[in-house]
Amino acid sequence: MIPAAFDYHRPQGIEDAIAILQKHGDDARVIAGGHSLIPMMKLRMAEVPNLVDLQDIESLKGITIQNGRVNIGAMVTQHELITNEGLAAAAPIMREAALQIADPQVRYMGTIGGNVANGDPGNDMPGLMQCLDATFTLFGPDGARGVKARDFYEGAYMTERDDEEIMTAIHFDASTAGYAYEKQKRKIGDYATAAAAVMLTKDGQTCSSAAIALTNLSDTPIWSQGAGAALIGTDCGPAAIKAAVAAGLDDIDPSEDNRGPIAFKYHAARMMISRAIASAWARA
Amino acid sequence: MTKMNISLTVNGQVHEVEAEPRQLLIHLLREDLNLTGAHIGCETSHCGACTVEMDGKSVKACTVFAAQAQGADITTIEGLAEPGTLNVLQESFREHHGLQCGYCTPGMITRAHRLLQENPTPTEEDVRFGMAGNLCRCTGYQNIVKSIMAAANELNPAKEAAE
Ligand SMILES: Cc1cc2nc3c(=O)[nH]c(=O)nc-3n(C[C@H](O)[C@H](O)[C@H](O)COP(=O)(O)OP(=O)(O)OC[C@H]3O[C@@H](n4cnc5c(N)ncnc54)[C@H](O)[C@@H]3O)c2cc1C
Ligand code: FES
Ligand code: FES
Repeated sequence: MIPAAFDYHRPQGIEDAIAILQKHGDDARVIAGGHSLIPMMKLRMAEVPNLVDLQDIESLKGITIQNGRVNIGAMVTQHELITNEGLAAAAPIMREAALQIADPQVRYMGTIGGNVANGDPGNDMPGLMQCLDATFTLFGPDGARGVKARDFYEGAYMTERDDEEIMTAIHFDASTAGYAYEKQKRKIGDYATAAAAVMLTKDGQTCSSAAIALTNLSDTPIWSQGAGAALIGTDCGPAAIKAAVAAGLDDIDPSEDNRGPIAFKYHAARMMISRAIASAWARA
Repeated sequence: MTKMNISLTVNGQVHEVEAEPRQLLIHLLREDLNLTGAHIGCETSHCGACTVEMDGKSVKACTVFAAQAQGADITTIEGLAEPGTLNVLQESFREHHGLQCGYCTPGMITRAHRLLQENPTPTEEDVRFGMAGNLCRCTGYQNIVKSIMAAANELNPAKEAAE
């Protein structure tokens, strides 16, 4: 399994990287951890005449948490997301979800930027980013712009990002909300059959805010406003959970594949949404 | 497409290799450097037989381009002990029947080596979770886990004394 030949570039700064993308247009693509891209290149499902390796660009690295705002460089690996104690305190759902991605070797290489920029509906971080209401910074020939995770995904492998833009960072608010990332998969290292990210806050015994997003149940991640709305103002008891699940299922459009027929996808989605709500509520 | 000069450190020794950027690290190690300890099992990023250590990370060398390893510091199974001797993990796998055909073993031991660096006192659950990227098709995982737990104990006299 050898990919088609390519020229390899390893720019030291973001401007140099953008210049290479501009020069080669469609014939260039960036590589982060390579753990989505290299398998595709080996299968010759992706051909990349000019591969632009981001590993030396220091400005894409590191996690900072300041004034309640979390900033994660695009090149931060899933392993770093798991081991960073500051992040675990500011947004514990990140560690919970990252631990359910792939296996240890893949997590040492795979980056958050690659995971969210890829546009594969199977990736876990995009739904999580929608749940957290994250903003992505995209840097291109005209400078930087921010795009909300909730507006970023257009279809399978199709996103708001222009070909000449590089995702540099991900930002969201630190949160003390109750949280859960529940994922059904066939085995360790597998993509989700269905997964749900839930964050809830509580005012006394009443749910005061709710964010719910779903993974691999449509050709994009799904931020289900209806499911969240069904919980706000309730006690998150069985009736409220049932209503939220029904609203969530209304928003998805799963397809049949080797993880099961459509009816099973709905069943798995139902289980993941209700479990994640119950678990997030218990932690709220 | 042109070949490039790749310089990398493997098991403490600096090597200069001329390779196409698309060459996979596992092929560079096995074919150019003749380090055939790391194996190719699935070639699809799943089995972990090709695991080596790169800049302090366990990586599947079938899913890294040679070009990405430019400047990297790599340890393979050959680098874990002097020739003719066994490292604690190797000894422990032998002692506790941690291998049968041995195909997965270099990947298992290289991965376990990093796991114990990061977590010298793992629980059995930590070991199972930390070894989840390595598949074995014949020994069964019971004895592999036992071997790694025993090696951790061996490396950790303080823990043993406390028990
Ligand atoms: C065995 C296995 C199991 C896996 N299981 C899971 C799983 O359960 N859940 C999951 O979510 N993922 C899973 N993955 C995928 C893994 O998490 C990838 O590492 C991740 O999806 C992509 O990150 P990367 O850094 O490797 O990106 P790359 O593979 O380097 O890039 C992926 C794509 O994103 C683009 N890209 C990368 N970085 C940027 C950037 N900064 N700006 C713009 N574009 C960029 C690239 O051009 C490419 O098109 C698995 C992978 C393997 C091999
Ligand atoms: S050969 Fe690399 S993971 Fe199987
Ligand atoms: S010992 Fe045979 S595959 Fe593991």
